[in-house]
Amino acid sequence: MLILDPNLSDPDAVFAALMEAHRDLSPEQSRRLDARLVLLLANHIGDAAVIQAAIAIAGQPVSIGKSALDAHSDNEAS
Amino acid sequence: MPYASPRYAAAPPGQSGERHPVVIVGGGMVGLTAALDLARHGQPVVVLDDDDTVSIGSRAICYAKRTLEIYDRLGLGARLMDKGVVWNRGRVFFGERQVYDFDLLPEAGHRFPAFVNLQQYYLEEWLVEACHATGQVDLRWKHKVVGLTHDAAGATVSVQTPNGDYTLHADWLLAADGARSFVRETLGLPFVGKIFRDRFLIADVTMQAPFPPERWFWFDPPFHHGGSVLLHRQADQVWRIDFQLGWDADPDVERDPERVRARVRAMLGPDVAFDLEWVSIYTFRCRRLERFRHGRVLFLGDAAHQVSPFGARGGNAGVQDADNLVWKLDLVLRGAAPEALLDSYDAERVPANDENILNSTRSTDFITPKNAAARAYRDAVLELAAEFPFARSLVNSGRLSRPAVLTGSPLNTGDRDHWSGGVPPGAPAVDAPVQHNGAEDWLLRHLATGQFTQLRFEPPVVGAASPTVFVTATPCPGALHDAHGLAAARYDAQPGTTILLRPDQHVAGRWRQHDPARLRQAMETARAC
Ligand SMILES: Cc1cc2nc3c(=O)[nH]c(=O)nc-3n(C[C@H](O)[C@H](O)[C@H](O)COP(=O)(O)OP(=O)(O)OC[C@H]3O[C@@H](n4cnc5c(N)ncnc54)[C@H](O)[C@@H]3O)c2cc1C
Repeated sequence: MLILDPNLSDPDAVFAALMEAHRDLSPEQSRRLDARLVLLLANHIGDAAVIQAAIAIAGQPVSIGKSALDAHSDNEAS
Repeated sequence: MPYASPRYAAAPPGQSGERHPVVIVGGGMVGLTAALDLARHGQPVVVLDDDDTVSIGSRAICYAKRTLEIYDRLGLGARLMDKGVVWNRGRVFFGERQVYDFDLLPEAGHRFPAFVNLQQYYLEEWLVEACHATGQVDLRWKHKVVGLTHDAAGATVSVQTPNGDYTLHADWLLAADGARSFVRETLGLPFVGKIFRDRFLIADVTMQAPFPPERWFWFDPPFHHGGSVLLHRQADQVWRIDFQLGWDADPDVERDPERVRARVRAMLGPDVAFDLEWVSIYTFRCRRLERFRHGRVLFLGDAAHQVSPFGARGGNAGVQDADNLVWKLDLVLRGAAPEALLDSYDAERVPANDENILNSTRSTDFITPKNAAARAYRDAVLELAAEFPFARSLVNSGRLSRPAVLTGSPLNTGDRDHWSGGVPPGAPAVDAPVQHNGAEDWLLRHLATGQFTQLRFEPPVVGAASPTVFVTATPCPGALHDAHGLAAARYDAQPGTTILLRPDQHVAGRWRQHDPARLRQAMETARAC
């Protein structure tokens, strides 16, 4: 099961480490870094079903703005 | 000396209205395999082929272990081993360096290696000889099928020959007429799938080179930037080199021998002398017919399905089609099984070929990344693979042909007893070294009866069904001696274990104890009775 609740021991540090890794990289270098990172993490997770669940969520159409916020609050209300 | 294709004499036209139990359209590798197998079952066969020779140029070269075992059953195993180049090891390179190597047969105690490389024309030449030797195969060269109708009683075929035309009637028609199958087209059957937007240059060169007999695959090597290159050794010091050219390459320009020589020289270095034997340019498709059985017309080989060559799955699949179909057709022709048994050819070979299509599609997607992101992932896998074992399993330069396991086949009798591993229903029999009358031998040879065969792990029993092969842990007259314990280990056998094998050596069912009633039931299930 893909964990969607907070699970990181130090979220701010993890986010900062990702930003730091990409600092000064060209888009191409960034893509390479991300690809390597995804593969390393995917192997660590191991379970193909978990990875596929993550791919499905990550690939959902991006909607920013009011409707997305509405949908979100609907979810929280239900 | 370069290979000279045999020319077979054109057969005289037949008598209009002749009738035959089985007619095979296409005397290529798969049609000839089916003809030989049928003939060895005692069935007379007519083969119609529009050409008068064997496969031209560089096509199939890699024959997988299962294919070698099937050809051994058909009497050609030793010949393939003698002439072919045995290999088990592959290496993958990225840029300048080797990323990793792999052994496809890491386990000892198998008669046949993971692969033998041999030019397709040799195999076809031997198949023709073997067909003739049976006296049961009427091979008609230069007989082109140009018309076809079919109904519940069979097919009527119009045939064109240089010396006149005729029609014949076939109770059963096997369509093995290749990727552009006339039979498929004339029946209007859709052949759907996808084409890969890439082109490959195939160059066969003769040379005295220091490379070992291994499969070498380069991604983006310095001598062929941006593309992949595959090197294989074949018989007669011939090497096959595949260069990935990309979709935009102009085939006419790329075919120019001088240009090809320059590519090969860049790869081998200036000091290796070579002769160019063959050049061709290919694009690849993955597709199949929805069903392989259409009443009394049965499709096999490339006429039924096509894959990209990465993984060597095309011909190897076609040989397994023939292996699967022939014993069923034989039983139906003998009245020993209902026609419905032939529906299991669809039920078993369609999923098996889907597995081939899936694997070869994935390989092709890895070798030809579709966009910048796919390329970044591909390159990341290759970079990581050099350092970290985990990434090696992601490198896909071709998932090499594995025998089909007919899981879920309606002919299987599911396990009732407890097994830890072994060879489950649907899987092909596994070989093991044994001793026969004190001499080294192989189990699979004894299971190549062409009939339903029982494999029993116990001393011979009087009145056992024929044929039965007994295997014992200690020497015992009339039994194969499992001197290394590998037969028992591979089949998860205990004393009393009985395994029922179909004529194509796939397991129909298995039991911890011999039980004649259960075996009888399983035999009926496996014959769709
Ligand atoms: C570059 C390349 C590399 C490959 N490498 C491998 C490999 O390493 N391993 C592997 O297993 N497979 C490989 N394959 C695939 C393999 O070559 C084919 O799968 C195999 O040849 C299929 O055999 P077939 O008998 O079904 O068809 P074919 O070999 O095409 O034979 C069809 C026959 O039917 C005849 N015919 C056609 N139309 C008619 C008609 N109307 N009337 C009468 N006769 C007709 C033709 O003359 C021909 O003899 C490779 C293919 C290519 C192109």
